[in-house]
This record gives sequence, structure tokens and C-alpha cells, in this order.
Amino acid sequence: MPDLSTSLKVEPTVFDISSPGRQGHYFPKSDVPQTNLPKGFVREDLPLPEIAEVDVVRHFTRLSQLNHGVDTGFYPLGSCTMKYNPKINEETARLAGFAKLHPLQPTETVQGAIGLMYELQEWLKEISGFTGLSLQPAAGAHGELTGVLIMRAYHKARGDEKRVKMLIPDSAHGTNPASSAMSGLKIVEIPSDSRGNIDMDALCAECDDTLAGIMITNPNTLGLFDENFKEVCDCVHEAGGLIYGDGANFNAIMGISRPADIGVDVLHFNLHKTFSTPHGGGGPGSGPVGVTEELAPFLPGPIAAVLDEGNAEEPPLFGLINPEKSIGRVKAFHGHFGVLVRAYTYMMMLGGEGLKAASEHAVLNANYIQARLRDTFTIPHDRICMHEFVLEGHWDDALDIHALDISKRLMDFGIHPPTNYFPLIVPEALMIEPTETESKETLDVFADTMIKIAEEAHTNPELLQTAPHNTPFGRLDEVKAARELVLCCWFPEDKEE
Amino acid sequence: MFLPHTDADREAMLRTIGVDSLEDLFCDLPDVNLFPEINLPPGMTEIEVLEEIQHIADANETTGELISFLGAGVYNHYTPAVVDSILRRGEFYTAYTPYQPEISQGTLQAIFEYQSMIVALTGMDASNASHYDGATAVAEAVNMAYHNFRGKRSKVILSPGLHPHYRETVHTYVVDSDIQLEGEDTPFDAGPEALIPLIDENTALVSVAYPDFFGRVFDYTKLVEAAHEAKALVAIHVNPLALGLLTPPGEFGADIVTGEGQSLGIPMAFGGPYLGIFATKDKYVRKMAGRIVGETQDTRGQRGFVLTLSTREQHIRRERATSNICTNQGLLALAAAVYLSLLGKNGLRQLAELNYHKAHYAAQQIASIDGFELANSETFFNEFTIRCPKSAAELNEALLHYDVLGGYDLGKSYKGLDDHLLIAVTEMISKEEIDHFVNALKEVSNA
Ligand SMILES: Cc1ncc(COP(=O)(O)O)c(C=O)c1O
Repeated sequence: MPDLSTSLKVEPTVFDISSPGRQGHYFPKSDVPQTNLPKGFVREDLPLPEIAEVDVVRHFTRLSQLNHGVDTGFYPLGSCTMKYNPKINEETARLAGFAKLHPLQPTETVQGAIGLMYELQEWLKEISGFTGLSLQPAAGAHGELTGVLIMRAYHKARGDEKRVKMLIPDSAHGTNPASSAMSGLKIVEIPSDSRGNIDMDALCAECDDTLAGIMITNPNTLGLFDENFKEVCDCVHEAGGLIYGDGANFNAIMGISRPADIGVDVLHFNLHKTFSTPHGGGGPGSGPVGVTEELAPFLPGPIAAVLDEGNAEEPPLFGLINPEKSIGRVKAFHGHFGVLVRAYTYMMMLGGEGLKAASEHAVLNANYIQARLRDTFTIPHDRICMHEFVLEGHWDDALDIHALDISKRLMDFGIHPPTNYFPLIVPEALMIEPTETESKETLDVFADTMIKIAEEAHTNPELLQTAPHNTPFGRLDEVKAARELVLCCWFPEDKEE
Repeated sequence: MFLPHTDADREAMLRTIGVDSLEDLFCDLPDVNLFPEINLPPGMTEIEVLEEIQHIADANETTGELISFLGAGVYNHYTPAVVDSILRRGEFYTAYTPYQPEISQGTLQAIFEYQSMIVALTGMDASNASHYDGATAVAEAVNMAYHNFRGKRSKVILSPGLHPHYRETVHTYVVDSDIQLEGEDTPFDAGPEALIPLIDENTALVSVAYPDFFGRVFDYTKLVEAAHEAKALVAIHVNPLALGLLTPPGEFGADIVTGEGQSLGIPMAFGGPYLGIFATKDKYVRKMAGRIVGETQDTRGQRGFVLTLSTREQHIRRERATSNICTNQGLLALAAAVYLSLLGKNGLRQLAELNYHKAHYAAQQIASIDGFELANSETFFNEFTIRCPKSAAELNEALLHYDVLGGYDLGKSYKGLDDHLLIAVTEMISKEEIDHFVNALKEVSNA
């Protein structure tokens, strides 16, 4: 007998619920004469599941119920800006006038779409201070690769071939060194000082004529605005290097400070963080790259442009262009357009003032939680923070408790854990980013829960070590997964073979 | 907008923090253009925004209004209602990468099922959780092959039949390495055997497409044999929908299969977001980039799933990672998983055959017009190349007056092919519309 309990936690796979002869979707019969199928090219077997429509819907609905998302609860995952994703974004992105466009249609038939891209480019430039911008990169890391390739192309175009060194602070996200390595650069790690800023002595010692540049996240991954930022930029610029800005933390500075004004040469935005486009369970993202005037000729194409200004009667004519010294494409077509529509919708809803208010309240919320937790947890760099902060998830008088235990225990209260073990320079790091869309009540519940868990850590550590208890699943065995390496499922009857 | 704070909340919070105003929170920022005026249109309400954006959308002519024969890597297919209704579940689309498996089993199992169905479709052993799109999947295959030989083999052979955007992307990715790209300038009509003489002991990878950019379906057996004889790897890029009908590349020896998953129920949306498919053989799993979901157990003995083999990835390995990829195309992989579960074994085959028959009918009809000729004698799936009596650009422009989006003008990407049209026909096109297209072609080519 199949188990019909709706509270079933282990959901069978689509292969488990397959039954020969079922089908969930049908297509019309062919209205054209048949052609013989190509001899020698027709596959014998197509081992896909066979499931009725209703059961497909129930299967994936039940799976969804095993997930925690922003729509189900607080999600203070540091560095990821899990703010509310407005529902209106989902409506606009699905308008037929956008969803049913082929990317290679003649540009005169897609003036609205290219115009939207153009305006979004202008808005992102306005808020960051940059002169040039490409919407093509698919995510943050992809934007990094793009930016680093632009930096290299710029140096090479000046005949400066020996600049192969990229400086990366030890607080950086792993994608920074990985992106630099993909473009053939040598990475030199720069330590942080006791206030969480870049160590100036270590930095200056590396600033020579082999320097391509530095990749900086500012506010940095400790959630702090680097107090030495101007000196860092000056030192690197004087040596002929460029400043790459990782814009993952842009949510702290909209309408407050513009990266280009304070020395950044290249920066990627994360539309899936700052500009409210949903994270999709791991993507899609979008990572537009903004650059200074000097670097603009190297941007990847295509870029939306005004080809003809128009006049009182005629609207402007938009088109897609390639910058003259472009590094080339970084993907097919012109970026994650569906994500761009969502970000555009968001910016239009908020306007300049609203974006500024978003950043102010993101910073307010983070500082509020930091203030409430200050007496209970060690905060290694205790200053006014930006949109997030990092605390240590352990105590000297509760040595058996790790940050991971605190994280798992938080789940019992319906809260998604903060980012764990990043940045690498803080022992047992818990990186907390509440975002601006959370109310004081939610923040208070979180702070109260953290304080309660701290108490439990001292009185009943086992409760944490065996957590979570109230979730559909307990801790998963990662060692077993890596050792046995089962990476796909199959029909139950074929499994034995 | 979207801020829940009341004035009282704000005041209480500032007091707890110990500062007087919001501006005080920004004391660490350099005093250069601090609090700049941001010159954006003033904020608006939802009603106003929707009206404005509807207006922008209306300024486009869609493939719903025009009859579209454009393909070239992106295809106009039907998305069953179920797919979007699942994607719209907030539990799926407002979650992030499943770092905390206890509260992310929905995403993890869906990706595991996606991986399983990609394995079934391609005939390979293992799939990752996605790359950004077909282009970056191909570029990652080049990277993987290069690193597989620890940089000791530096030649990569790219077929001219790979999508021009993909080849351009590969060029961008390898510009600062010692990888040499060859093969792209072999004549487009020479077939895969023309690449064999280029293979040598310095070759890391041979990269081809199935069907290729011109719509052709080649038998790659000989090419794969030659590559394997030289111990080089072979990457085959697929349209996954075509694999509803065609022999999977795993059966003729592919080491890597990449694909553009857009044809699996993902809207064209003017270029993205799409889905980069990446699958390989067991022996190369640890060389593959991107997230991978594996099966395991929880403390209660329940079967569950986690992200696995993460020691390959940037957050652990940093500059020695297999790739820099972090955020991928999770939601699009979910779309493909729902789509494939729904159509299943028989639905996908039926759809593939429907595409095949419609395209073949269209090809025969067009080839029977005076001056038009089918340029590929090879097998094709739902797309084919036509040599025309006039420039493709001219024909396309004239066809717009018949509400027809003609095919892709191959002259845009290939020298000397200005009179070649690449034409795609899917289940969205009726016989009547094909006949309308054929009549229009007759009229505009005579004019
Ligand atoms: C600081 C930082 N940099 C870069 C990235 C990479 O961005 P993405 O995941 O969009 O590729 C992240 C992402 O999670 C990040 O937190």
C-alpha cells in the first residue's frame, strides 16, 4: 500500500512514483505529413519517469514544503542580502511583452526591452557613479571574472604586460581569488589589522610595478566600512594598479556613498542581493559590471545604447552595441533579462529616496541586533557596523559548542541560520545580515532566541549538539555523501543491477 | 517602500544602538560626496509601476504576435502551466543555495532529481546542478579538459558548428591562458571528419555540437575514436529536447556533455535566464565544476540530500578551485526537473517527434520554392539551413511585413553565408503558419 500520509517527511523521488503508461502533459497530434525518423540516430530507450499531472504537482509542492525561504521566515544569511522579494517583480517579468521575446529579433521589434536595459544601465551608473556599465554577467562571480578580465585588458592595451599580481584581503569571499586565478593572475593575500581594516603596511609592501590591482569588498565581509579605504586606493593607484570592488555589500551604501566617487575603478552589482531579485534556491543571479571612463571601452557587449536621440514626435531609437576594445562576450545573448526586469521594477518602486532609505534601514537593523547581542557573544571587531556584522559562535566556558551547533539550534525556532565559518579570519564565525525589510519584532525574536540559545549552550549543550529537533530532517551525514557518492536516482526495479 | 519600521520603532532602535540619527551610523565613510543626490525618478506605487512597465512591454512585438522561425540556440516552446505554478512557490524561489540541508531538502531533492534526469537524457554518469547557460557550460568544459591534463595539453579544437556566441565566450575565457583554439576556420560544410587531422597528442579537448548551429545531426563516432586514440577528451553540446528522439551522446563516447536547457520549458525572455547543462563520466566527476547534490542519511535514519564534493569549490579551495562559480541557475534547473517529470518518457518523445515532423515539412516546402535549396543534406532535428536566392537580411526585412520573423541570417556570424537562413520550427507553429511563411517567401523572393 502506498503511504498516503500528507505529513510524510521523506518524499519519494520522481523515479519512485513512476508508473509505465502515465503522462503528465500532452501535445496536439501532428498536423503535417510524417517524415521517416532518421535511421541510425533514434534512441532505443528514454529512461524518464512517467507520472500523472496531479502527482507531479503534489510531489513538487511537498518538496517545496521542506524548504525555508524568505517567504516562510527570517533569513539573516550574511553576505547574501535575503531581503523580501516583491511579488510585483514576478508579475512584470512575466508580461508577454518580455517573456515572449526572442533575443535575436530585429531591434526595431524590441525597442521596449532594449530601452528598459538602457534605463537600468543609467540608473545603476547613477547610483554608483560609474561611466560605463554592462548588464551581461550572469552572477556575482561572473561579474568578478568580467571585471578582472577588463583590468588585464586595460593594462595590456597600455603595453604594460608585467602586471600579473592581484592583491586579495584575507577576509575576501572565495570567488575573488578563484576569479583572479581564472584570468591567470598571481594572488597575494593581504592580512587584516586589529580593527578589521586592510593592513596598510602589508598592502604598501606589495604595491610595485607588477601590480594589476586589488579586489576589495567594502563594506567588507566583517560588515565594516574600511577606515583606510582612501589610503588603500591611493597606494594602489600610485603603483599603477586598479581597484576592483566586490559589490556584494552594496545594500549598505545606496544613496550614501558612490564607489566611483571614492576610488573604485570596476565594480559588480548583485541584482539578486541588493535589488531584490529572488535567489531562486541558488540562482539565477545577475552581476552587472560598472567601470570608470578609462575602462569603458573594454566592457563586454552587447550594451544597450541610444542610436538616435529622437525628437518631439519620434521616440529615441535604441540598439545594442559592442565597445571598441571589448574583452568579448562572457555569455550568450545580453544578460539575464528576466532578472533585469525585476531589478528595474524594484528601482522604479523605490526611487532614489527609497533606495537610500533601504540602505539606512539595513544598517539600522544590523546595528540593532549587534547592540542586543553584544553582552552575550564575542564581537571581534566591535564598532558601528554596516548592513551586517560577524560574531563568534563559541564561548571559553562552553568549549564543546561550535557555531554550527548554534546554527542548527536556530532552525528549531523557525529561523534560517546566519552564514557559518565565513569570513575565514573570525573563529567560529556567524555572519548576520538582517536586511531592511525585517520589522523590529522579527529582530527582537531573533535576538531573544540567540540569547536563549547562548544560555542553553551553558546549561544544556547537548540540546544544541543534537539540534535541530523540530525540523523535518535531522543533521545530514556529509561524510557518507562524499564517500558513497550517489549522485543520481533511478527506477526502483533497475536499482539492483 | 517595503520598510516595516514605524517612527517609534526607529527611535527605540537608535536609542538601543546609542546614536542619535540614521546618519550617525555612517561615521566610518569618507567625506567624499557623502549622501549624494540620486537622480532617479521618484518612487511609485504598485499600480503606477505596473502601468508604466506594461507600457514598455507593449512597445515590443512578441513571438505571440509574430510567427517566429527564429532559433539559433533559443527556441519558442510551450511551457506547461504546471511548471510556472511550481516555480512561483515562495518556498522555492525565495530560498538560496541549500547550505543548511535540514531546511532545504526541497531544493536539494529537486536538484538531485534534475541531475538524475539529465543523466538519463544524456547517457552520462553524473550531472552538476547547472552552469549559467550553454555558452559558459562550453567554456567550463574547456577549462575542465585543460586542468584534466594539468595544463600539459594546450590545444582545444572547436567545431565551426558550435554556436558563435559560445565560441566567442570561450575566446574571452581563455585569453590569459596558454590554450590555443583551433578548428573554427574549417569550412562549415566539411563535416566533423575535417577536424580529425587537427587532433594530436597536445589536444586536450574536441568540442562539437549535436545538433550543431546549422541544425545538422552528425554521427560523431569516428571523431570520438580519433580523439580517444590521442587520449584527448570530447565534449558534445546538445539541445536536450532533441535527445527525446536522438541517440544520447553517452552512447557514442562523449566524455563531457553540455547543453542549453532553455528548450526544457524555460521562456525565451529576450536572452535569459537560461540553464547551462553539464554532465560527465564517473571518472571525471571530481574535475567537474559547480555544485553537486548527493544522497545521504540524517541522524534519524531518513534518506536525504546534501551538497557534496565541495572541496572542489571556491569557498574551500579559493584560487585552486575548479571554477569561480557560486550562484548558478537553481530555479531554472527546478523548471527543467518539473518539465521533464511532467512530459516524462512518452511526452518528451512525442514533442521531439512533433518538432521533427514540422521542421521537415517546412524544409520540404521551402526547398520546393524556385531558387531555395536545403543546404544541409544531413539529418536534422527542428532546425535547418536554407540557401536563398537573395540576401537573408533583405528577405527577413520583407517577411516582417507578413508578420513573420524569418530565420537567423547566417551572414551575421559566418563569412560568405549572407544568403543563408537558419530556420527553426517548433510545436508552436501550425501547418497553416508554415504555409503562410512559404507563400510569403515566394512573394518576397520574386519581388
Ligand atoms: C562577498 C561576496 N562576493 C562574491 C560572491 C559571489 O556572488 P555570486 O554567488 O552571485 O556569484 C558572494 C556570494 O555569495 C559574496 O558574498
